[in-house]
Amino acid sequence: MSEAARSPALETRGLCKSFGALQVANSIDFRLEHGARHALIGPNGAGKTSFVNLVTGALAPSAGQVLIDGTEVTDLPQSERVKRGLARTFQVTALFRRLTALENVTLGIAEREGVADDLFWPSGRHQRVIEEAYALLESLDLADDALRPVNMLAYGRQRLVEIAVSLALAPKVLLLDEPAAGVPSGESGTIIEVIERLPPEIALLIIEHDMDLVFRVAQRITVMVQGGVLVEGRPEEIARDPEVRRVYLGERTPS
Amino acid sequence: MTDALSAAVSIGFHGLAFAMVLYLISVGLSVTMGMMGFVNLAHGVFAMLGGYIVTSLINRHGVPFGLALVAAAVLTALGSIIIERLLYRRLYSGDELDQVLLTMGLIFMSLAAATYIWGAMPQPMHLPRWLSGEVDLGFRSFPAFRSFLILCGAALVTALWLGLERTRFGVRIRAAVDNLRMAQSVGINTSRLFTLTFALGSGLAGLGGGLGADLLAISPSYALDNLVYFLIVVAVGGLGSIRGPFVAALLIGVADTGFKYLLPELGAFIIYLLTMAILLWRPRGLFGRA
Amino acid sequence: MATEGLVRPGISAGNGATLAFARRHRLHPLEALPWVTAIAAFLLFPTYLPLGAQILATILFALSADLVLGYAGIVTLGHAAFFGTGAYTAGILAANGWGEPISGLLAGALASAAIGVVSGFIVLRTSGLALLMQTLVVATLLHEAANRASSITGGDDGLQGMQVWPIFGVFRFDLFGRTAFIYCFVVLFLCWWLARRIVHSPFGRSLTGIRENVLRMHAIGAPVMRRRLVIYTISAAFAGLAGALIAQTTGFVGLGFLSLDRSGTVLIMLIIGGVGRLYGAFIGVPLYMIAQDRFSEVAPVYWYFWIGLLMVLVVVSARGGIFGLVDRLRR
Repeated sequence: MSEAARSPALETRGLCKSFGALQVANSIDFRLEHGARHALIGPNGAGKTSFVNLVTGALAPSAGQVLIDGTEVTDLPQSERVKRGLARTFQVTALFRRLTALENVTLGIAEREGVADDLFWPSGRHQRVIEEAYALLESLDLADDALRPVNMLAYGRQRLVEIAVSLALAPKVLLLDEPAAGVPSGESGTIIEVIERLPPEIALLIIEHDMDLVFRVAQRITVMVQGGVLVEGRPEEIARDPEVRRVYLGERTPS
Repeated sequence: MTDALSAAVSIGFHGLAFAMVLYLISVGLSVTMGMMGFVNLAHGVFAMLGGYIVTSLINRHGVPFGLALVAAAVLTALGSIIIERLLYRRLYSGDELDQVLLTMGLIFMSLAAATYIWGAMPQPMHLPRWLSGEVDLGFRSFPAFRSFLILCGAALVTALWLGLERTRFGVRIRAAVDNLRMAQSVGINTSRLFTLTFALGSGLAGLGGGLGADLLAISPSYALDNLVYFLIVVAVGGLGSIRGPFVAALLIGVADTGFKYLLPELGAFIIYLLTMAILLWRPRGLFGRA
Repeated sequence: MATEGLVRPGISAGNGATLAFARRHRLHPLEALPWVTAIAAFLLFPTYLPLGAQILATILFALSADLVLGYAGIVTLGHAAFFGTGAYTAGILAANGWGEPISGLLAGALASAAIGVVSGFIVLRTSGLALLMQTLVVATLLHEAANRASSITGGDDGLQGMQVWPIFGVFRFDLFGRTAFIYCFVVLFLCWWLARRIVHSPFGRSLTGIRENVLRMHAIGAPVMRRRLVIYTISAAFAGLAGALIAQTTGFVGLGFLSLDRSGTVLIMLIIGGVGRLYGAFIGVPLYMIAQDRFSEVAPVYWYFWIGLLMVLVVVSARGGIFGLVDRLRR
């Protein structure tokens, strides 16, 4: 029996969201294939973060559907979507501030493994959870900071811990919301390297303004403007597109 | 007048008087909490201070009523500026718990200070001659003081609302409540604005405390005893809102008076249950921002 | 392991960081200090045992508040609701013919847990000021109910006529407070042991996550509402136990057990010691209550002034209480 085309890792159909007269999502049709390296760009206020919120379930849509791996999840809460393999990072670092980097990552793994509801036995018993967390930090060159509270780390390293926590969930789909935002240029190189080294099976969607990152990492780019998709295609096509240039007048694009 | 109608009018009248007092005291709390996000549990202390000033000036020094009210408002406003500059301003970006503890501490201190200065007994309110007795409106008569309270309150509320709509100061207040960062970026000196708004709100509270001295008894534990009602008015009305607390105060004033008259065994139950229901339905209050 | 693609195998087994992390829950010798101190107090201050029993029971109350406030980050102004419910339950039983202490204690815990789960279901849907308000309203509601039901509760005058039977039929509550002290000691010890396990468990760690960043907690798939409800109920049960202990050992329950004053002072006692450290209650409560006991001989009402001032000073300069100060000295 021939295999039917595999459903995309993430799909939205006719996704709409409005706040009164303000429409932040205008019937968005979007597909993210397994193993994709996809970037979402657009001017400020285009609705990129709202799109991520709609996809993760932090925001309920006015209309439309969200599907993960072919299964509809539109009515499912955030926690259920995480269990189906969806993970995200936040544009403004959202870590467990006073907890250590190791603790931050173990919390993620503990949720994934279903261990976090245990009331009675010490968390130290779950050796493999801790070791996996440490290994993950190591792979992102964060091992030295494992036992330091994250609010004491350099901002660039905090952004890396943010990525580590989302990786801890073993996602099939990873949404990175401006991973390099606010990071001093000296530290952003590490972030780009980490993104390039992410496992190929993970479907990756990056929202970014940093065009260096976008053109290095992305195989497909979607441009959003005012809640809707303007155009989508390969990086070279997007770079040449006159509409995109117009929308980004003044923005730097590689020639 | 029939009995039922007469009862309804009584409840409406006394409820309105109570609502005026609650509103005058709580509107400042609503605006400052909405503007700075500062949980100020000690707001009732200013109302208490106003009440003590009015009753002391009248009872012990024979100061005319109107003058005593003005003094209460002004002195309370000045006192609030000191507290704001000295203490509150350190905690604007702070933890909610810090704010709760600080203001709880201030309530405790005020309780002890009031006992020391004025003693533990509630202060009696000696009304001036021209406000005692009743006002006869033909179909029935109403207590003069409460009538004065309602008229005074209505005048103050009107002045407040007009001021907020028409003056530049009022516009700045509304801008800062709406979006503090935006107001700062437009060049408004939010730090000074907040001190002035805080002073205005506290002054009003002092006035409300003085005017309402026979409705809410002035005693050292005033701030603790009445905290729930002030917070209910603000939470149900909506933080930062100016009309919201008025509606909430009306609801509570009339409901409280009505139930005390009609169903005294239920006491304040219905109000508490109603509050929980409203907050469940609209966590930001009836007129709070989304 | 799920993140195989990213991991270089074989490096991390048994390294220093993970070992230290995994051993956090091990008992430290200093943790024996509260118990040793309590036993020493029992032996050295035989005339202060009634106060000692009250201190032990109040430590349990503050510990329950720490679970909710220090670990889950839920700021509540109505914790006295659970304390009072436990006290009145045990008290009403004892005043109406059932003076068996252990069952009275458990009945108190059960009643408080019930109030906890019902009110938690309503209260924990919100956050910030709305949550604070709801906790306050619940406690005020119960206070009003106790006031109205004066035929059962004794209203303003308080509950009279409690008769508490000897524990296990053997250990009578004596005038010197010996039985009371040991009774409270044992209950506190058991609850402390339970609380300690909860705090070091994966559940307990997830609570600190909820406290530090609830947004992130949702994003890693944690059932936040359920977790908060569970700890709120457990905390309510502990507070109920504390209330029942005080009722049984002092033979009195009054409306003050449900008051805002009581909710406020338990927060204060906890802050003095330090929030979220498990032992803040063990430091703050004895300091507060002993100081209050000494002070009450001098000038009772002015106690409020000094304690209020202390609060203001702690918030402005010594945030973190005594534990915080110790941390700073260590650096």
